[in-house]
Amino acid sequence: MAERFTKSMARNIYIGGSVFFFLLFLGLTLDTMSELPKRDNRQNLTESVARGKMLWEVNNCIGCHSLQGEGAYFAPELGNVFQRRGAGDQTAFRAFFKAWMQAMPTKAPGRRQMPQFNLNDQQLDDLASFLEYASQINNNNWPPNIEG
Amino acid sequence: MKFQSQAVAKPYFIFALALFAGQVLFGLVMGLQYIVGDFLFPAIPFNVARMVHTNLLIVWLLFGFMGAAYYLIPEESETELHSPKLAILLFWVFAVAGTLTILGYLMVPYASLAKMTGNDLLPTMGREFLEQPTITKIGIVIVALGFLFNIGMTVLKGRKTVINIVLMTGLLGLAVFFLFSFYNPENLALDKYFWWWVVHLWVEGVWELIMGSILAYVLIKVTGVDREVIEKWLYVIIAMALITGILGTGHHFYWIGPPEYWKVIGSVFSALEPIPFFMMTLFAFNMVNRRRREHPNRAATLWALGCGVMAFLGAGVWGFLHTLAPVNYYTHGTQVTAAHGHMAFYGAYVMIVITMISYAMPIMRGRMEGNSNKAQVVEMWGFWLMTIAMVFITLFLTAAGILQVWIQRIPESGAALGFMETQDKVMLFYWLREIAGVIFLAGLVAYLASFFIKGDDRAAA
Ligand code: HEC
Ligand code: HEM
Ligand code: HEM
Ligand SMILES: [Fe+2]
Repeated sequence: MAERFTKSMARNIYIGGSVFFFLLFLGLTLDTMSELPKRDNRQNLTESVARGKMLWEVNNCIGCHSLQGEGAYFAPELGNVFQRRGAGDQTAFRAFFKAWMQAMPTKAPGRRQMPQFNLNDQQLDDLASFLEYASQINNNNWPPNIEG
Repeated sequence: MKFQSQAVAKPYFIFALALFAGQVLFGLVMGLQYIVGDFLFPAIPFNVARMVHTNLLIVWLLFGFMGAAYYLIPEESETELHSPKLAILLFWVFAVAGTLTILGYLMVPYASLAKMTGNDLLPTMGREFLEQPTITKIGIVIVALGFLFNIGMTVLKGRKTVINIVLMTGLLGLAVFFLFSFYNPENLALDKYFWWWVVHLWVEGVWELIMGSILAYVLIKVTGVDREVIEKWLYVIIAMALITGILGTGHHFYWIGPPEYWKVIGSVFSALEPIPFFMMTLFAFNMVNRRRREHPNRAATLWALGCGVMAFLGAGVWGFLHTLAPVNYYTHGTQVTAAHGHMAFYGAYVMIVITMISYAMPIMRGRMEGNSNKAQVVEMWGFWLMTIAMVFITLFLTAAGILQVWIQRIPESGAALGFMETQDKVMLFYWLREIAGVIFLAGLVAYLASFFIKGDDRAAA
């Protein structure tokens, strides 16, 4: 690097640049926090949804599935499974969901398997409400189509 | 070795490499489960293998970073480590906690593990990469605090160089951003937003400081180039890393709830993120070309150069490939992401840790001039096999990902194929990936074998 460009200039760019952009990031985060209530579907975040999120976590569903495109890529996207498997209708979706969870594992030879989690009816309702709530977060129309 | 206490790095490096081997074995298990869906089911379901694979990766890299710091900091600071005893104690604490956690994943259902470890009291489990029980996370924080105290006191007592200050900053940042793993709100959008403060601000933020400073240290040692020159490069690289990488976090905020403007901010800044990685490549090659001596440890030099190139390919090129919002709309959460994740982690962080091990381990074993020729040749076989295998793993996953986008994502609803059907269509590439994975394992075996080759014929050379 050229002689005129000294080490202390480089250090100043490093410190000044990172402090500036970190503060800008904090500012944008603050703005995001004030915008999120309009987008993140918190009005539907019921007790049941909160319990459902906990069940989602302690059964590690994210270890095979993605949710809004994040997680693992071994099994179908579940951020829009409410639309895919219930056409956005709560009764239809829950009927599908409960039947599905109870039928696992399929034991179809050679096919990817999902475990049996032995959840009771209330727990299945909670998980379903979590997935319904998640599907209604405004996420800029992702995924591109119903297959997720 | 200039200071006796640098030797505490040795158990850290050895344990790191043992975990690396475990990580790759579980990678191969998953690779097979991608093809033969019920392989090892229900003994080891896919999600369990995945937790083991990714958590072993993170934990062994942390062991590697700590070992690197324990080796590098005393030498840079020109003083003995503040407390070698504490370093050894923390090694055992972390090794035992890590092993118990992995055994926990494998032996009990995850929900039982959550219950046993009191997840209800402070729920943090069940999110990707942060699957560790809350008590393990607390353990990690305690180990990190003790570690930072130990090396911090050493730096305070001794000489302050750009390299040890940047390394300290990176490690401190690593610990600080890990604290966001304890924030797990019921609101999914908030949870996801701050989850990235751990994951992205690690790999595309503070870890780049760690990588840059280790690379700078090893380059000084193997090339003998003037410290002033190296330190200037280091500053410019980390300046670019943080200037682009902090707002670059926006490339994860496109589809998880935050406002639309992140599409612009995330795309623009993350598109610049390859710059610091490109500079690391230039840095490594420039310094080696301007070397003032022929260091007998050619393997370490090879790892340093390879690290620069592969980090640029994996993070820079493969990152750029899917980082613009209109592209990411289609590739988000496909095999393209997996392709990038593999090459970036390997090129940047696996290779920087191995670079340090390759440089420091022979010295700690009393081979001041590096390993014997024979050992170095075997080590270089390991380098080429693992690196080329990783290039192919990445290419096959990219092919699978592009096909997946083509048949599952691009067509309209109704015309698009479902997820499971699409997986069947790209099965060929999963076979090829698994074969490349076996070659990777062969490379790893060669690399590990090189440690067992005697070091005496060097004196004659
Ligand atoms: C070990 C991996 C694994 C885990 C863990 C897992 N799943 Fe699955 N899941 C699968 C696989 C594989 C399929 C596709 C099965 C098939 O098509 O035969 C699937 C399918 C589904 C489907 C149907 C999706 C559709 O569009 O057809 C739902 C709903 C579902 N899983 C919910 C869950 C929930 C909720 C959890 C957590 C409690 C969970 N899964 C945990 C592997 C897993
Ligand atoms: C050598 C053989 C390997 C195989 C067959 C393999 C296979 C896999 C598989 C199947 C997954 C899960 C993908 C999914 O979620 O569906 C995965 C995830 C992952 N592996 Fe590997 N792996 C191997 C080696 C490695 C190595 C050496 C590294 C480190 C550099 C690594 C780092 C990762 C990471 C970071 C993830 C998470 C990726 C993401 O979330 O996008 N793997 N691996
Ligand atoms: C060494 C540095 C890097 C590492 C270790 C790394 C690793 C990863 C991993 C593991 C993921 C998957 C996360 C998940 O499971 O959800 C990911 C995602 C992503 N990375 Fe990187 N990355 C690095 C640098 C970069 C750079 C420099 C760019 C941009 C130029 C980039 C762009 C992306 C994007 C856009 C995603 C999201 C993919 C998706 O939408 O599914 N990465 N990265
Ligand atoms: Fe990122």
